[in-house]
Amino acid sequence: MTSKYEEQTTMGDNTEAKSGGVVSSVVNWIDDRIPMTRVWNMHIAQYPAPKNFNFWYLFGSLAILVLVNQIVTGIWLTMNFVPSAEGAFASVEYIMRDVEYGWLLRYLHSTGASAFFVVVYLHMFRGMIYGSYQKPRELLWLFGMLIFLALMAEAFMGYLLPWGQMSFWGAQVIISLFGAIPVIGEDLTQWIRGDYVISGATLNRFFALHVIALPLVLVILVFLHIVALHEVGSNNPDGIEIKRKKGSVAEEDKPKFKFHEYYTNKKDVVDAIPFHPYYTVKDVLGVAGFLILFCWVVFFMPEMNGFFLEAPNFEAANPLKTPEHIFPVWYFTPFYAILRAIPDKLAGVVAMGASIVMLALLPWLDRGKVRSIRYRSIWHKLNIAQFVVTFLILGWAGATPQTVFSTILSQICTVTYFMFFVLLYVYSKNEVTKPLPTRLTK
Amino acid sequence: MMKKLLIGLFALLPTFAMAAGPSMPLMDANIDLRDNASLQRGAKLFMNYCLGCHQMQYQRYERTFRDIGIPVEIGKETLIFDDSKVGSHILNAMSKEDAAKWFGAAPPDLTLISRVKSPDYIYTYLKSFYKDESRPFGVNNVVFPLVGMPHVLQELQGLPMPITEEVVEGGETVTKVVGVETDGSGEMSDDEYDQAARDLTNFLAYVGEPSRLESEAIGIKVLGFLVIFFILAFFLKKEYWRDVH
Repeated sequence: MTSKYEEQTTMGDNTEAKSGGVVSSVVNWIDDRIPMTRVWNMHIAQYPAPKNFNFWYLFGSLAILVLVNQIVTGIWLTMNFVPSAEGAFASVEYIMRDVEYGWLLRYLHSTGASAFFVVVYLHMFRGMIYGSYQKPRELLWLFGMLIFLALMAEAFMGYLLPWGQMSFWGAQVIISLFGAIPVIGEDLTQWIRGDYVISGATLNRFFALHVIALPLVLVILVFLHIVALHEVGSNNPDGIEIKRKKGSVAEEDKPKFKFHEYYTNKKDVVDAIPFHPYYTVKDVLGVAGFLILFCWVVFFMPEMNGFFLEAPNFEAANPLKTPEHIFPVWYFTPFYAILRAIPDKLAGVVAMGASIVMLALLPWLDRGKVRSIRYRSIWHKLNIAQFVVTFLILGWAGATPQTVFSTILSQICTVTYFMFFVLLYVYSKNEVTKPLPTRLTK
Repeated sequence: MMKKLLIGLFALLPTFAMAAGPSMPLMDANIDLRDNASLQRGAKLFMNYCLGCHQMQYQRYERTFRDIGIPVEIGKETLIFDDSKVGSHILNAMSKEDAAKWFGAAPPDLTLISRVKSPDYIYTYLKSFYKDESRPFGVNNVVFPLVGMPHVLQELQGLPMPITEEVVEGGETVTKVVGVETDGSGEMSDDEYDQAARDLTNFLAYVGEPSRLESEAIGIKVLGFLVIFFILAFFLKKEYWRDVH
């Protein structure tokens, strides 16, 4: 019985054999002009991926799916959205009521924004537990951090566009943070707003940045992220390399699959499978699972109890009426809690910025030689566990009205947030780790 | 260990988020968006009692009639009181400036009130007016203290009297309004008024999100498709991965 993989390769061979066929002559015609087949083989059909990717490895492809969803629904929303202080809120309600399936486009886009952060946070967490940021993947991690930054800017600017109360006042709070910068602060906030207050001028420029500049930056960064990934190759749950020194792997240990010579000329590859069809078919399963959850929210609870669409944002922006409580959307609340934990505004802004810079510095803060949490010390496991708990508590604290309790809790968690990095730097130098396997497990 | 902690924290999340609410517990509106009779009665109440001051500037008459099962011709005759076209938004003739002068603040647009507040809030609000001679219109509201509008449904409900309770707050005894009791002077019995308040709430909830029912109808089909797709994708993946394992 032939396997699916063999059927596929045989089929491929057959097509090539029929050199007179219409399909192959078209393919040949294109291949003579652009490297279509070569790129397909190099990066998809003959790209060696570790065979032990687990659940955590689904979120990269899901992030791309959500990015595509945001771009496509965004284009259609743009067709009916009016980017002006007078027209924005009404045009969103026009989309919700008068545009055919406008409500669906809008909910796909608003739920997509939150879903983007869900998958990106899980994707980053995967990188943390398996040490995917470690040498030689530092640049890959940095491109990822730049994507995260661009995504935050994209989400922040997008949130102003519906011109609801929370859009307006949320932007008011966040832009005023730049005012904390000494000397240039006030001028800087005015430069960002394009006005003395948040106004139609701010809305217009945020619209331009949200629909053109930042998506362009995001797409380019995602491209570079993947280029960097394919150059160094994927890490995996065991954190050991699948690319070995040329000639170091016995013939019977080599995988039975054909990989592109770009990878096999310089190195021997072990425990690898071609990205296509194995991971494409697995990602399709991941996409189906993700879409079930995603569509459940889109069709049945798009407000997600006020976490995805906040109630005050169903009221048009009113510069004369401050909402009772101003919160950012859930995905910013951990960082917002760090900001609020510190009584001094400038110090708060610095701490909030530092909380993201620390993440970017992970490749250099972690001095360990072993990547995966599976083979690292109990201290590392505890440290990552406390970081997760810290992040969740901060997320909660940033989404609740400030009380003495929540402030003290945020202060404690701000300390434990930064302690994660400090401790990591200290114990990773001489960490007692478990012995690494020579080959991928399972 | 980590998983348990995570699950525990997620379970706590909604409770914390809900903690900030109005001081008085809200009553359960118990509305049904599929009940066209209720929506139609609610529309009638809205057009007769609310529209004089509150607009629905994003919602159109015709769409409303179609969605809640009123033939357009009948809706035009019975529910449009001015010379609006059926395709018009549901507007009134009161200018914002005048309104602000008369009531202290312009009456808010009600298209999205059910989403800014909640159906339970609206229902409780409609049932929480009480007599208070110190207020300009002679009434106050338990869930909206110092409310600026009169009790427009007074002819239906009658004028409710406040039920007060002495509570100790910060070492001082204060009288607090904890509920209301109608004086029986209205056209409706208590049960009838509850139903009227529920109908009006139902209608406002519908207008807040007219696509709700369509969304759920499509959603069921989409989820059904995705579940089947997931199962097929699962077996497809298993079939391919036989050579790896």
